[in-house]
Amino acid sequence: MKPHSLAQRALRHPSFVLGSVLLCLVACAALLSLVWTPYALTDIEMARKLMPPSGSHWLGTDALGRDVVSLLLAGARSSILVGVVAVGIGLSIGVALGLLAAAYKGWLEEALMRLTDFSFAFPAILVAILITAVLGPGMVNAILAIGLFNIPVFARITRGSAQAIWARDYVLAARACGKGRWRITWDHVLPNIAAVLIVQASTQFALAILAEAALSYLGLGTQPPEPSWGRMLSEAQTLLFQAPRLAVFPGVAIAVAVLGLNLVGDGLRDLLDPKLSRQR
Amino acid sequence: MMRFLLRRSLTLLATVLAASAVIFAALDVLPGNIAQVLLGPDASQEAVQALAQQLGLNQPAWQRYTQWLGGLLRFDLGLSHAYGSPVGELILERLSLTLPLALMAMLFTTVLALGAGVYAASRQHRLGDVGVMGLSQLGIAIPNFWFAILLIMLFSVHLRWFAAGGFDGWSEGLGAGLKALLLPALSLAVVQAAILARITRSAMLEVLREDFVRTARAKGRSLRSAMWTHALRNAMIPVVTVMGLQFANLVAGTVVIENVFYLPGLGRLIFQSIANRDLIVVRNGVMLLAVMVVAINFVVDLLYAVIDPRLQGRDNA
Repeated sequence: MKPHSLAQRALRHPSFVLGSVLLCLVACAALLSLVWTPYALTDIEMARKLMPPSGSHWLGTDALGRDVVSLLLAGARSSILVGVVAVGIGLSIGVALGLLAAAYKGWLEEALMRLTDFSFAFPAILVAILITAVLGPGMVNAILAIGLFNIPVFARITRGSAQAIWARDYVLAARACGKGRWRITWDHVLPNIAAVLIVQASTQFALAILAEAALSYLGLGTQPPEPSWGRMLSEAQTLLFQAPRLAVFPGVAIAVAVLGLNLVGDGLRDLLDPKLSRQR
Repeated sequence: MMRFLLRRSLTLLATVLAASAVIFAALDVLPGNIAQVLLGPDASQEAVQALAQQLGLNQPAWQRYTQWLGGLLRFDLGLSHAYGSPVGELILERLSLTLPLALMAMLFTTVLALGAGVYAASRQHRLGDVGVMGLSQLGIAIPNFWFAILLIMLFSVHLRWFAAGGFDGWSEGLGAGLKALLLPALSLAVVQAAILARITRSAMLEVLREDFVRTARAKGRSLRSAMWTHALRNAMIPVVTVMGLQFANLVAGTVVIENVFYLPGLGRLIFQSIANRDLIVVRNGVMLLAVMVVAINFVVDLLYAVIDPRLQGRDNA
């Protein structure tokens, strides 16, 4: 029987499909906010503060009279931006370090592994708080903090997966043919560990969104006037008795984004690396 | 075992030292003159100089670092600029809230996760399994501080069973203290329990396929008995490892949750000290959290070796 293509298998994978739909929703919201929001984000009008959902304001307004739908759409933009850049930092530096360690072994590998061991002594939120304490609150520093935390995660997983590839016969054959370490890393190791890295990237992306929301909730992440789901929750908490609905929508938005990424990650794990999915 | 213990203890010591160096270096490069920040922008240059002298800011960095390390060993952590009281006392007082909170959250995590994970494994691919896995997927996606806000909305705003935050101290009685920590512990636990339940389920399914479980079943043991007496202990190896990491995350997670519930714990102390630029408190608070995380991982390593004695041999090889 002819094997199904990856796209066909992806379309039949329920969690991948559901995750993709949720992710598309968030991505579309973020893209849409770049060109259009129902109301301007700086449109503060105290006369219409804390309005309930209506035809003109679908999810109502906040304490400053801003339209909640507009804030949610723009919040998606902040979350995705932080996630993409933070994962990008972790991927580019972490993967390079992991590949180096696997290719050269010796003291370099030992030093890198001890460094990653050490970095795990600092949970992500602690790293983020320490960095924002040093550099001050703000989106860029939040990205830096989350990105820094991602580096050892990717370095460790890259080194582990790359080591397994280096032990394969076809790598031995490539070495016998005179290929150098870099050539082998580029031609054989990287393509073979790409699936693991993609799956890990989706997990780290979800964690980055959660971390950004937590930092912004604490007032250490994205700063006004740039909207953020985490800060919307922090503002909503002070109005729990007057407008409890305000504390619901941003949380749902975060959960949808994270759930989407996790489901896509699970799906990709099954689709790209059947061995990994069997281990689950 | 002795060699294993010695090796792990040396690693623990090296990690703690490295952590202290990083924390000191990170906070030492903090922009701005601390003495100026403490005295305000209108302070005279002489006053700023005098305070800098008093705080030892004019000494070389390595000298201040070794002094700090010496102080840590004697538990003489200096004086908080913002609170005007010894940092050691301040931290111990706050720890009396943070530690019980983290332990309570870990207890909830373990009970919820082991129950749900073992149940899901016993119902593999059936409705119960799908339900537990769906709920755990949702639990992982929910930020703990949002879950905390939802709990406040339900139990404090709507049902009025619990206060929306605050902690009156243990002097008000054990019951009142535990009640104040119940919702925060639950909000910390749910996300971690969702992760641990999935790992417990996978580990149980893996072990249930082993020959010794099949033998126990062939000898007439019920599935439930085989699961709880034979499978669970063997499935605990990956579960305990993750539990250790989770306890470390719970300790760190208290920073956020203590802020949601306005609890005067260590996390909130660190957070407020960042705002006050009370760096001596930030430095010692973060150091204590890092030491706790490293110590927890150390204990997990030891537990790991007790559960699976083969690991000691591997370490000696």
